[in-house]
Amino acid sequence: MLSLSSLMGTAALMTHSDDAHAAAEWGEHFQKNYRLMTEQEKIEARDRLQRRYSAEYGKPVSVDITGAQPGVLMGYALNIRKCIGCRRCVHACVAENNQSRGTRPGEKIEWIQVLRMERGKFEKEKMEHGYPEGLGIQVGGNAYTPAGQVLEGQFRYTPEAVPEKDATYMPIACMQCEKPPCVKVCPVRTTYREGDGPVVIDYNWCIGCRMCMGACPYWARRINVTTPVLPKEAMNPVTHYLGNRPRMRGVVEKCHWCLQRTRQGRYPACVEVCPVGARKFGNLLDPESEVSKVLERKNVFRLKAELNTFPKFFYFYD
Amino acid sequence: MQKLFRFATDYVGYILKGGVRFYAWMGTLALFIVGMLYVFYLQNTEGLIVTGMTSQIHEGLYFSNLVFLVGVAAGAVTIVFPAYVYHHEGMHKVSVLGEMLAITAVIMVMMFVFAHMGRPDRLWHMIPPWGIYSLSSMLGWDVLVLTGYLILNFVCGFYYLWCKYTGNPINKKWFIPLVFIAIVWALSIHTVTAFLIATMPARPMWAHTVMPIRFIATAFAAGPSLIIIIFLIIRKTTRFWIDDSAIKLLTTIVTWCLGIALFLTLSEVVIELYARTEHANGLYYLMFGLHGLTGLVPWFWSAVVLMIGAFILFLTPSVRNNMTLLPIACAMAFAGIWIEKGMGLIVPGFIPTPIGEVTEYYPTFVEWLMTLGIWAFGFFVLTILLKGAIGILLGDIKFGAQAATAK
Repeated sequence: MLSLSSLMGTAALMTHSDDAHAAAEWGEHFQKNYRLMTEQEKIEARDRLQRRYSAEYGKPVSVDITGAQPGVLMGYALNIRKCIGCRRCVHACVAENNQSRGTRPGEKIEWIQVLRMERGKFEKEKMEHGYPEGLGIQVGGNAYTPAGQVLEGQFRYTPEAVPEKDATYMPIACMQCEKPPCVKVCPVRTTYREGDGPVVIDYNWCIGCRMCMGACPYWARRINVTTPVLPKEAMNPVTHYLGNRPRMRGVVEKCHWCLQRTRQGRYPACVEVCPVGARKFGNLLDPESEVSKVLERKNVFRLKAELNTFPKFFYFYD
Repeated sequence: MQKLFRFATDYVGYILKGGVRFYAWMGTLALFIVGMLYVFYLQNTEGLIVTGMTSQIHEGLYFSNLVFLVGVAAGAVTIVFPAYVYHHEGMHKVSVLGEMLAITAVIMVMMFVFAHMGRPDRLWHMIPPWGIYSLSSMLGWDVLVLTGYLILNFVCGFYYLWCKYTGNPINKKWFIPLVFIAIVWALSIHTVTAFLIATMPARPMWAHTVMPIRFIATAFAAGPSLIIIIFLIIRKTTRFWIDDSAIKLLTTIVTWCLGIALFLTLSEVVIELYARTEHANGLYYLMFGLHGLTGLVPWFWSAVVLMIGAFILFLTPSVRNNMTLLPIACAMAFAGIWIEKGMGLIVPGFIPTPIGEVTEYYPTFVEWLMTLGIWAFGFFVLTILLKGAIGILLGDIKFGAQAATAK
């Protein structure tokens, strides 16, 4: 069965390999896990990818392999009071990170969800309702009002204008946990925590078993159920190996805090685009960074802290 | 060496000898296998988009069958254990058949793994020295114990057949310890499979301590149910006689494991629905539906009816002692557990998603064809293994008796 599956895989590979970058594909197919590569091998892998991507997308594509910078631990803080639910972060993320944007189910991938929470209200009329009917002793009629409910969010809302009067918003994406459950369950160690904090994926090593997706308590991960739909003109040619380079069919992807930007001293796309400044990003080890200041002065919390995942993504309000 | 070659040729020769019914059966199975190969090709060119799986519900029919079949593989120990630990005469005669079933079930599990994976062409990534083997991953452990179980059953089963074939005595010095290792190992495969899903607190539907014992209980009900049906078919279609005592012991095992499984399910329902926290949403979806989505409700209740019905039938002496009615009870138990532990356990684990989205999963035609094809392949392999084993046990395949096969 092992040989059968390898044969099928090989056959699938060969059917696509009638063009110039066939050799690059073969090299990619047999390369090592990124973390175990020597510097030389990383450069070879990068060159291979740059050749293939440039040919595929018809423009010069760069693949960065900059490693973790010493003395840096990336951190993120989000002001939930300020968020207006405009979802510009979602769209900026998709444009920056080369997500699939097809129309069939599963072809449209977004790493950020902005959960829309109804404010709800408590009403006098409901006082006599509830369970048991007419008495409302065990469960008062106001019990089912959605106010303050965190987990029943919906993120496919289409309002005419934001912010909506009866809603609050809760953006959510990969929490870049310090103790990531997804890393623990990966059978091939293709997803791991980088030295400067983000949890990354070597897309070329992922076997698509989806254990990490099951283990993630934040639903941060997506599976490419087919070859990502990425129009040539929309493709962002500035990429990182562990970051936003185009993915392939059958592998898992997720937010990596825009490694192609943040390792070069820039903000992630979502931070840059946020019109109300709700998003803060910086070095947790630097006491002068914005995110350190937030942690020092504001009331912060982590999502699902009881699961001991220790996210480096903090929520705060002022 | 020459003996081994003889063994192989005699074995194959015996299997190829068959009537119209045998070839019609194998031919039908082969049709489904061809279908399976086609959809496997489709999945590995188009991608998993041809299945019903999504980023929300990313384990479906394949994973459900995988979990169920690990149980069937482990269930074979219900023959081997009484045979070697309690020296049950009737079981001892047929213990090798249990090993053949275990081999088949593990092969089917592996095929469902390939069907499930997004990139089966990269399987070598988890096989050292080329790949990386991760001991922190439960899936890694699962692959390890399943491969070990396959090897153990292959060695034990075929060594036993080899000795019967050649007429040599069995070398008990290493054979018996190996059998005992295989018995414990059988428990390990299903325990690890339970750990696989129960170690994810992100999925409260599964994160229960009760999961491993529930897996074992359902496995020891579903596995022997299938074995009883197979034994009755063997009694009917071959000259090989399986003692009533063996079937009766298996019936007892099925009855009480099914009883325990029902008890555990009922306990879970009470505990989860009494407090009715958000962690019970998955179970609630399964039993009654959530947010108007009720895709699995008929599945769950049919499983409940099948399992309770089977339990009552097993408790009725006039049914469990009647060899024409017994297979009905067995089939009901088998089907009930296939639903309860398959789709009924795996899919609601994803509903709602960890951030509260409620979606549904419907297997596509591709998934059904793949599943049917893998089951067909399983029966194909099982038919071959059982036919060969029975041939040897009957003495039809014997070293130095080539005249019989040459005819």
